[in-house]
Amino acid sequence: MLITKRVEFSASHICHNPGLSESENRELFGAAANPHGHGHNYIVEVTLKGEPDPVTGMVLDLKELKDLLERYVIEPYDHRFLNYEVAPFDHIIPTAENVAIDIWKRLEPHLSGRRGELHGVRVYETDDLYVDYFGGKS
Amino acid sequence: MIHVSRKYRFSASHRLHSEQLSESENQHIYGKCNYPFGHGHNYELEVGVKGPVEAKSGRAIDTTALDLLVSTEILEAFAYKNLNAEISEFRNVVPTTENLGIEIHRRLNSKWRDVFPGQWPALDKVRIAETSRNIFEVSENGQK
Repeated sequence: MLITKRVEFSASHICHNPGLSESENRELFGAAANPHGHGHNYIVEVTLKGEPDPVTGMVLDLKELKDLLERYVIEPYDHRFLNYEVAPFDHIIPTAENVAIDIWKRLEPHLSGRRGELHGVRVYETDDLYVDYFGGKS
Repeated sequence: MIHVSRKYRFSASHRLHSEQLSESENQHIYGKCNYPFGHGHNYELEVGVKGPVEAKSGRAIDTTALDLLVSTEILEAFAYKNLNAEISEFRNVVPTTENLGIEIHRRLNSKWRDVFPGQWPALDKVRIAETSRNIFEVSENGQK
């Protein structure tokens, strides 16, 4: 059984590779390379996989999942400038792809070995663009 | 491996009617969709790709290149068209959204390597919603 919880945060970022010239960055990232940055309302959907506990009927207590998301995702990310304020984006470009991978890494240690294991992280950067990461599995 | 999905929209008209069926069979199978003058939808197309994150860009796909491909091969071809009358593939094939999804997948797949010549990113799926309740998905190998 899959169970998905959705949360939202707002943050700014710049898509910029310091190893490239300004014009190369412009060409690669377009307006997203604007040096002053820009922001999004990100939506994160976290999916757990597991069977419901026969006693509680729950895969994982959703209150606990909410608290984990609040503590490990919303608190560090919300209303931050990702490049300047959220590790590892001081040296990794905060594309939606890398944000999904980072959120996986933040959550996975707290969900491994549990009844509901982490199955996927989906990050919507806008309504029309989202990425899915399944922990390296395709 | 990362999956990236991007949404596009276009409007078009169609009529579901098969020459291989009688009038009454057509009416029975397709119902309102068989009304003789056709009808339209705001189609919502989702193109899903997969690939590893490229170190240089931190991205799995150049979405600008994807937008250009979808715009040239799909949106310009289908938007504001009557699918039955104006798309040659639907002369003899009923433009159900199943068949439209397969045709969109075929068109994207045939130009994919011109735009994305390496192994990655790969075209993963075409998902098309004819209305918010009717959604069709065509996977990697072009099968429903």
